[in-house]
Amino acid sequence: MEQTVSYTLDSTLETVDHAEEKATRIATELGFGEDEVMQISMAVREGAVNAVLHGNAYAPDKKVILAFQRTPEDLVITIRDQGKGIDLSGIPNPLAPENLLKTSGRGIFLMRSFMDVVEIRPSQTGTEIKLIKHVHGRSAGVKEGSQ
Amino acid sequence: MSMKLSTRQVDGVTIVDCSGRITLGEGSVMMRDTVRDLLAKGNKKIILNLGDVNYIDSSGIGELVSAFTTTKNQGGELKLLNLTKKVHDLLQITKLYTVFDVKEDETAAVKAFK
Repeated sequence: MEQTVSYTLDSTLETVDHAEEKATRIATELGFGEDEVMQISMAVREGAVNAVLHGNAYAPDKKVILAFQRTPEDLVITIRDQGKGIDLSGIPNPLAPENLLKTSGRGIFLMRSFMDVVEIRPSQTGTEIKLIKHVHGRSAGVKEGSQ
Repeated sequence: MSMKLSTRQVDGVTIVDCSGRITLGEGSVMMRDTVRDLLAKGNKKIILNLGDVNYIDSSGIGELVSAFTTTKNQGGELKLLNLTKKVHDLLQITKLYTVFDVKEDETAAVKAFK
């Protein structure tokens, strides 16, 4: 994988699946373990769902920009939509007893559960979600000469 | 792998064998339609066998919650059976594991209905 790869995607359900597939492939190529690959791919899927559904609201003229950046310490994933910007204060805690039986509202919680850092920057021209996974132990993306 | 569902009856209980992915889109819609059809036909003792479900996202979790509450609101009962580790872990971190009635053995799950 190059240092940074970026994709411009339509606001469709297929984009959600494609984003997840790309995350799975890239995280696997970088050497993350099976559980971490699942966590990264699920976090990206949830971010893509937010961008397509809540950000761009399926608008055909609005795009989702998905970028993967490899740094020495981290895999940094950025998901940007072109919507009106989400209201973070309006997102309830899904673990609160009164919210446990709600059928939605767990996406950002899952992203925060699975990634080391989650930054959400809403603006009037869209929302940017940055997902960071640290490279633990044996460096992801570095092949060992012997075992 | 997309979602596949099949239903069977055991001692008056409907077991829905699920396989694949319960995710936003087709998988969630299939789950919703199946449970609603069962309830509409008077099948109010339902077990969702998730033994072959290898992936579930937040929409899928929402669909499980919806199936649970819809069944309960119609006087029925819904249990989950054979959770994979991934689904088990997801229900743990979302604090839903103790909300659902989760079983590991089909015979015991069938007998557990009142």
